Amino acid sequence: MACFLVPAAQAVITSVAAKVMKSKEKEESVKIYLSDGSVEEATKIPFSAKLGWLNKLLWGGSALLAFEHLWHGEIVPFFPFLTAIKSGETAEMLAEMRSAGVMMSVLITAVWVGMLAVASVIEKRALRAPKPAEEGV
Amino acid sequence: MTLLTTVFAAIICTIIWYRGAPKSEMKVGHLCWMFWGASLMWFIDAIIEYGELGAEYFTPAPVDMLNDFYLGLSVVALGLIIWLVILLVKDPKGVVKAALFVKK
Repeated sequence: MACFLVPAAQAVITSVAAKVMKSKEKEESVKIYLSDGSVEEATKIPFSAKLGWLNKLLWGGSALLAFEHLWHGEIVPFFPFLTAIKSGETAEMLAEMRSAGVMMSVLITAVWVGMLAVASVIEKRALRAPKPAEEGV
Repeated sequence: MTLLTTVFAAIICTIIWYRGAPKSEMKVGHLCWMFWGASLMWFIDAIIEYGELGAEYFTPAPVDMLNDFYLGLSVVALGLIIWLVILLVKDPKGVVKAALFVKK
């Protein structure tokens, strides 16, 4: 009915948050250890860039789901835009947004948190100097 | 079928992105995010539908399957159009800019 509106609303909030964070963040230079043993100077990507991953997932998914809703006649390009409101099924629509919409947002956020965890492990590994015993291997 | 089509599109785009990374001149990353986002959302739809239909969910009528596949292809086409607009507007290789200006 209109489940995609929940992740779309979340996308608006996280996009604003990413913009605010970006204006306050400073570049952090670090030394990373490459697999061939060499050391390279690099800049760590800020949290706002990682929040951008969530934004893109939410905006992209919402856009394609909006098209699917248009395909099924659940949204229309004229007022009131949502067929459920026109046909008096607002309560059902809100119930669907509460169940499917919230679940969509939760799943996407959970996947993003998982990505943050994996990225953190990769970052820590790259920042850690190889142990002398490992160098000969 | 729509979910399956989008998941395959997401996997193919991720492979293409990984092959071109870290340069990302073609901005394929945008396609990956879009298709993965939609796939995750349709996965929730699939779970809810499975909860209602049970095993019947896996045996759709051929007409429904064809219609869902048609929708899936349309979604992929829309995703590609959005990506193309982003690519031409951002113009990372400067191709559009070069086409608009003639060097003296």
